[in-house]
Amino acid sequence: MAIDNEMVRKIAFLSRLKIEDNKLEDAKDEFNKIFKWIEELNEIDTSNVSPMASANDVSLKLREDAVTDGNYKDEILKNAPSAEYDYFAVPKVVE
Amino acid sequence: MSDITKLTIHETLAALKNKDFSASELTRAYLSNMEKSKHLNAYITECGEYALEQAQESDDNYLHGNNRKLEGIPLGIKDLFCTKNIRTTAASHILDNFIPPYESTVTSNLLNDGAIFLGKLNLDEFAMGGSNETSYFGPVINPWSKNVELVPGGSSGGSAAAVAAHLCAGATGTDTGGSIRQPAAFCGCTGIKPTYGRCSRYGIVAFASSLDQAGPIAQDVRDCAILLQSMAGFDNKDSTSCDIAVPDYEKFIGKDISGLKIGIPKEYRSEDLNEDVNKYWQMSVELLQKRGAVIKEVSLPHTKYALPTYYVLAPAEASSNLARYDGIRYGYRGEGEHLDNLYINTRTTGFGKEVKRRIMIGTYVLSAGYYDAYYLKAQKMRRLIYNDFMDAFKDCDLILTPTSPITAFPIGDAHMLSNPINMYLNDIYTVSVNLAGLPALSLPIGLAQNGLPLGMQLIGKPFAEGTIFQAASALEEDAHFERI
Repeated sequence: MAIDNEMVRKIAFLSRLKIEDNKLEDAKDEFNKIFKWIEELNEIDTSNVSPMASANDVSLKLREDAVTDGNYKDEILKNAPSAEYDYFAVPKVVE
Repeated sequence: MSDITKLTIHETLAALKNKDFSASELTRAYLSNMEKSKHLNAYITECGEYALEQAQESDDNYLHGNNRKLEGIPLGIKDLFCTKNIRTTAASHILDNFIPPYESTVTSNLLNDGAIFLGKLNLDEFAMGGSNETSYFGPVINPWSKNVELVPGGSSGGSAAAVAAHLCAGATGTDTGGSIRQPAAFCGCTGIKPTYGRCSRYGIVAFASSLDQAGPIAQDVRDCAILLQSMAGFDNKDSTSCDIAVPDYEKFIGKDISGLKIGIPKEYRSEDLNEDVNKYWQMSVELLQKRGAVIKEVSLPHTKYALPTYYVLAPAEASSNLARYDGIRYGYRGEGEHLDNLYINTRTTGFGKEVKRRIMIGTYVLSAGYYDAYYLKAQKMRRLIYNDFMDAFKDCDLILTPTSPITAFPIGDAHMLSNPINMYLNDIYTVSVNLAGLPALSLPIGLAQNGLPLGMQLIGKPFAEGTIFQAASALEEDAHFERI
């Protein structure tokens, strides 16, 4: 499955990253090299193998549904690039 | 007293108890080493003032007999662990002004045991890299460098370099595909990645959550056992951490290894195996045999597929984890008159090249139409790789392999930088361990003909860190590796 320039542009946008037009060709070649290597996995038949998402099979613990954290709005907003009226501030999103 | 910063942690603890020197004197000695070794670029952020305050508290505790397990031991912390009120960058521009309002569980455990923090150690950006060259704060120099500046390995390159150069008594690291073991090997240190779930991931900047584990890098096996003892344990704040008691790891040091069955995977013996690596591997086998260990050949048939499997799964998880860096709540924010171009400008400027490459690989393998062909396929391959280990462990207690196929290479090496796959291939002996979630330790075994350290890796069954320490301490005693 060869990746073309259009696909690179699409992946970049889904990733919310920008690739300059003059870098598209290089990026495309690099992805194709990497995916050609990754496609070695197709040498193995895995039709009867169940996928593995994690190395530990522990079942998730339940805890009491109680508030155990919070109430430090100021500390959290300290790291915000822009904060106004006790909220994170963003560019206008509604017309 | 000769240089007190060259002592191991266990020697230092004995000396502190014996009042040979104080925690404050010790901390000042490390801070002075750090000052003299700035060119190594091991630390991103130093916190000398905080360290001296903690040292004062440790001295009081020794005076009043309230000393805790790691009282007064000055450590370096990989800058991927959130430390309360101390800048935590993940070596990325996108987090270069981030000051966490909370402490990670692992660093919190160390603080509760009396450890002192000297500062935050350099790493590959978001722990993505094997040479520390992807750091926004520049590469770290391997203290073993002679004429040419060499990489310390990665991603925990600052941790390994700082331990080797005595800029801290021990350090924390994280390991997603070899990031503790490979730099430990390149810098002549010992490091262990414990079983997945042994240490809490709470407060560690996430890379690939199903593979990430914290662990120590230190001067010797006993120091690793002491540090892991403190770092490990169940944590309510990490649903993947395991509620299994942490054994007394130090008790395994020096324990008789006769009868222990050591597996040698035949697939790791490739024809192009480096001559030095092969020699030390053989030597390790003989040393363990002399102590009565039983050597068995084992098979891990899907070894060759571990790297491509890893380079689907790790980027997939990374692309999802790194979606949070949007310039809104913390970190760097780029310009943008509407939300989408604010995101794009923030992320395009905020992330480095390797991180962007992996986000895009991950986004692609998770995208509609490609998910089954790549991501699901890789998850199935992961199962086969895991099953290989479980089958092999029916015949042995531990598996012995080299840590890395090569020694440290020069910073800016043309071959490594010409194609990302060349760099990825250095993880050939380490990644499968993360995929299977197993514990593995690297210890320095000797010097290659080029004068640089080589590491051996011992892989254990899930939660068998103790058995690893047992065999590693025997091998360490017999190998007589000389540290800097």
